[in-house]
Amino acid sequence: MEILDILLQPNFWAAAIRIATPLIFGVLGALLCERAGVLNLGIEGIFVAGAMSGWMAVWLGADLWTGVLAAAAVGALFGLLHALLTVVLGLSQHVSGLGITLFATSLGYFTYRTALPDVSSPPRITPFGPIAPDLAGLPVIGPLLFQQTPLTLLAVLLVAGVAWVLYRTPLGLALRAVGDNPAAVEAQGLSVQGLRIGAVAAGSALMALGGAFLTMSAFDAFFFGMVNGRGWICIALVVFSSWQPAKALLGALLFGAFDAFQIRLQGEVGQFIPGQVFLMLPYLLSILALVLVARKADYPRALLQPWFKGQRQ
Amino acid sequence: MPAGPDDDVVLALEGITKRFGALVANDHLDLVLRRGEILALLGENGAGKTTLMNILFGHYLPEAGTVRIADAGGVLSPLPHGSPGAALRAGIGMVHQHFTLAENLSGIDNIVLGTEPMLLPYRQRSAARLRLAQIIAESGLDVDLDVRVAALTVGERQRVEILKALYRNVRVLILDEPTAVLTPQEANGLFEILRRLAAAGLAVIFISHKLGEVLAVSHRIAVLRVGRKAGELVTAEADRRTIAELMVGKAVPAVHRSAPVVGHPVLEFERVTLRQRSARQSLQGASFAVRSGEIVGLAGVSGNGQQALAALTCGLALPDSGEIRLFGERLRRADPRGLVATGVARIPEDRNSDGVVGTMSVAENIAIEDVRGAAYNRFGLLDGRAMAARAREAITGYDIRCPGPDAETRLLSGGNMQKLILARVLEREPRVIIANQPTRGLDVGAQADVHRRIIDARDRGAAVLLISEDLDELFALADRLLVIHAGDITDAGPTGELDRGTVGMLMAGHPHAANEAATA
Amino acid sequence: MRVQIEPRATTPLSLRAMVVLVTAFAALVLIAIPVALAGASPFEAYGLMLKGSVGSLFAVSETLTRAAPLILTGLAAAVAFRARLWNIGAEGQLYAGAIGAVLVGSGLVHLPPPLMIAAVMLAGFAAGALLMLVPALLKQRFGADEVVVTLLLNFVVILLVQMLVEGPLKDPLALGWPQSVPLIEAADLPKLLPRMRVHLGLLVGLAAALILWVVLKKTALGFEIRATGENRAAARFAGIPVDMTMLKVALISGGLAGLAGVGEVAGVKGYLSADLSPGFGYAGIVVAMLAGLSPIGTVFAAIFVAAVFVGADSMSRATGISNYLADLIVALSLLLVLISGFFLRFRLRFRAAAGNTPGRRA
Repeated sequence: MEILDILLQPNFWAAAIRIATPLIFGVLGALLCERAGVLNLGIEGIFVAGAMSGWMAVWLGADLWTGVLAAAAVGALFGLLHALLTVVLGLSQHVSGLGITLFATSLGYFTYRTALPDVSSPPRITPFGPIAPDLAGLPVIGPLLFQQTPLTLLAVLLVAGVAWVLYRTPLGLALRAVGDNPAAVEAQGLSVQGLRIGAVAAGSALMALGGAFLTMSAFDAFFFGMVNGRGWICIALVVFSSWQPAKALLGALLFGAFDAFQIRLQGEVGQFIPGQVFLMLPYLLSILALVLVARKADYPRALLQPWFKGQRQ
Repeated sequence: MPAGPDDDVVLALEGITKRFGALVANDHLDLVLRRGEILALLGENGAGKTTLMNILFGHYLPEAGTVRIADAGGVLSPLPHGSPGAALRAGIGMVHQHFTLAENLSGIDNIVLGTEPMLLPYRQRSAARLRLAQIIAESGLDVDLDVRVAALTVGERQRVEILKALYRNVRVLILDEPTAVLTPQEANGLFEILRRLAAAGLAVIFISHKLGEVLAVSHRIAVLRVGRKAGELVTAEADRRTIAELMVGKAVPAVHRSAPVVGHPVLEFERVTLRQRSARQSLQGASFAVRSGEIVGLAGVSGNGQQALAALTCGLALPDSGEIRLFGERLRRADPRGLVATGVARIPEDRNSDGVVGTMSVAENIAIEDVRGAAYNRFGLLDGRAMAARAREAITGYDIRCPGPDAETRLLSGGNMQKLILARVLEREPRVIIANQPTRGLDVGAQADVHRRIIDARDRGAAVLLISEDLDELFALADRLLVIHAGDITDAGPTGELDRGTVGMLMAGHPHAANEAATA
Repeated sequence: MRVQIEPRATTPLSLRAMVVLVTAFAALVLIAIPVALAGASPFEAYGLMLKGSVGSLFAVSETLTRAAPLILTGLAAAVAFRARLWNIGAEGQLYAGAIGAVLVGSGLVHLPPPLMIAAVMLAGFAAGALLMLVPALLKQRFGADEVVVTLLLNFVVILLVQMLVEGPLKDPLALGWPQSVPLIEAADLPKLLPRMRVHLGLLVGLAAALILWVVLKKTALGFEIRATGENRAAARFAGIPVDMTMLKVALISGGLAGLAGVGEVAGVKGYLSADLSPGFGYAGIVVAMLAGLSPIGTVFAAIFVAAVFVGADSMSRATGISNYLADLIVALSLLLVLISGFFLRFRLRFRAAAGNTPGRRA
């Protein structure tokens, strides 16, 4: 059967992991923000900003890891702006997030165009290479691990790291508490605003790494429209992951597998069905995933609710 | 315990003043607390008790005044304002009226939250468990620490709240209206624990608006009225009359209730079941009837199915099984507008979230149940003038203090909002009234006003179902009492033949014990 | 020193006016930074933008042409947001409306012009309305957040458009470019001025704004929409059918965005292609927020945003500065307006520390 053939190819799984990586970063980032009680719809724009600034740092001469750091820093800055509007000023998280997406996207595009006004095809950098090119030929572990770039490894390590922080440290406990009942956190002498601002900044830095992966690992140049809704897909996948890092990894991998599968299927039956139908599938799948889990989803209770110190009970 | 020498003082508040806009919630308040003492802070709703304690614990910043707290050596030093962290470090703990617990975490998680250094890359559980086991043994506050708070009962959650404070080695413990969610028996259990803790040296401030329990448990009473200290007494030397007058400042307007003139059953529940998230909150096969001309009270600790019952009577839900009849006809649809048209007046439990749309005007909120009716619609458009006229009538008739019919409703005080709701629902001379916690958060004057209107409506022949957590209110108003526990409803009979102990037993779910007590 | 935040009891008109002015000024100042960094003089750039957007009859016509779809997508966002229905799918609903217009207007039926125009508009409205019904129903039946669903559907619809214009709707006479068959002449929206591009769609937008204003302020439906958005629980308690009201809002909102698509096809281009809308749907959200969700304000906000885009295009051609500046201006305006909303609702008090610290109410 064709389906089985596709699934058994090692290249399929390598592609699945590659497609999943930016989503892992994005879902982790959104998960951190939402666990603290803040919806960050700036994710799509932060992906763009991360993609652009990471790439540009390298193009201007920095080494790859400095570029990654630059992308994370840019993401954290936009996160701080979102935190200022939603946590400190208590403004609508929906509108602020959308505003950040528009702002970050337009700023990214404008900066890129202004720095490179006359190019006909996007200039390229030398992206991250495979972790161990010599070992890439090994069966199973070759495509799954050694063919992947260091950023993918970073993504998986971050899943473990975020899980550890959330469940095994006092900081993580406070984060989980603040997303459920900020009053509980304040009554224990902790700062609700501080926790939320920190979570949003850190989460946004992670989101930016998702964008950086696109320009520094998956591809080697920055294209307008390259993010193409990945940020929104992450928002859907966070619900699907029940705000748990392990499930976030699983969800991203499943999605990556589905997307890789859809691409290969297109190669097989592309004559009969227009390509766009296949391209629609990832978005429709995300909607389906959301619909399936939304009813039972254990939303952080304080999500979308602003908190002012000294809130009357 | 008689007032001791000054070096036994653990807490001294001086000149605390707090304003919210034009309202002076605390007016130059002084308070002194000694080691091992239980001080009751008494006053009616709106007197400023919770505000004062919130200032003490650092939730609010005062306009003026100082707080001094004794350190371990007994020396008083100033406490910085506005920081719960500082209050905790100084040894002050607070059990809030609305629990400050994260429901997605376990009891021990909630207790330990904020006690470990934030940047530690691991957690230290075993030491905490040992300490807590000791505290539980000493205080008698037994609860399973590993269960998610969401799965705990209200009484258990309160125990976690208190353990939170004890774990922090507090020297002063503040409890804000702790018995609001307890049966009379559970309240007595709490008082026992407080006495034990006080005997061991803990200083306790106990906020309440209930005279009876204050007399039962405190050593000293401080009475607040409209933001000022009206008086301070030693409990052993105090009498109810004096305290009540200090609380209210004048003779309490007594509510007189003549014997009811009862007619036919108007609202009937027959084996009605409505499932909710938890079994306790579900309604299980409830049967009762309310007849015209009588007030039937529903007593019970919150969270025992009242919300399900209220949803059914207000037209927001249909029963899973059983039958609800209104004027003899079965209710087939969840249709609030239909109920209103048939003559049902509904007073919601939470006026802010369910009663009014805060950003809409007073006139709009008065008209809201009727917005599609002929009274407000002309040629397909809303008749603003009719709405304004109706609103002006209501404002005068019900003494609603507000800038005018166009004022935003969220600016009204709680009492005036409640009057708005009454104006909305009582104007149509309803035949059935569902009153759910109608005087919650209101001062005595506003309470008396609400009570009078309910009794007037009943005297005109309306059938009234009064759902309330305030036993005093129920005994004052209801002709007959029902008690709800874990979704089961028991008919306790005419109020005149009941005493609080029996009702308390029924509220706790011990009908047999109640019968024994009644016949003893 | 401590800063305390208090809610305001009233928002006088003078305060609103001052806030608008300060916001506009802040925007101009902030935008000067990227302009200067791009190597041009901000004054020169602003001057060119002004000239390009309102400096001639042609410029005004271009601005109004650009404003027409923005009025409609702005209204779509405004009515939805009033009910707290977060419709971020106006872009997709616009394209759905365009598809509807092409399906009906490219030869399916032949009617005299006024009826033909009405038919095409009806088709476009219906298409947009039905599309928005999907996320609204998914939210009601399954609790699926409409923000994500509407956003994702945008991508789906645009892919659908690509599919249609490369396939069933493809214009064989278009020299290989992927665009749809054109509308028949009877379906074209007449121009309002000779030799200018501004078309009837503008009047449709203005009429829609007026109608929406009347509905929201003066009808029972409008009352129900406002109550549902401002306090859903209280509206429900009072007997307002909140679920049905949300569905009505979804239909109206989607339909308005669909009309924007009809306008672009029938009034500007004459056919459908995948690049019909340079983000009118998303810009509509900004327009609605700038207008404070008021229908009449939407008209002015739409004209403002249109002027920014048209002016930036013109300035870009003259100075070589990327016309993404327009998106930047619009995004920044949104954030500034959001912040200004805070100052309209709250006041800040500065006091000295300790002792005499002012109180704070949630």
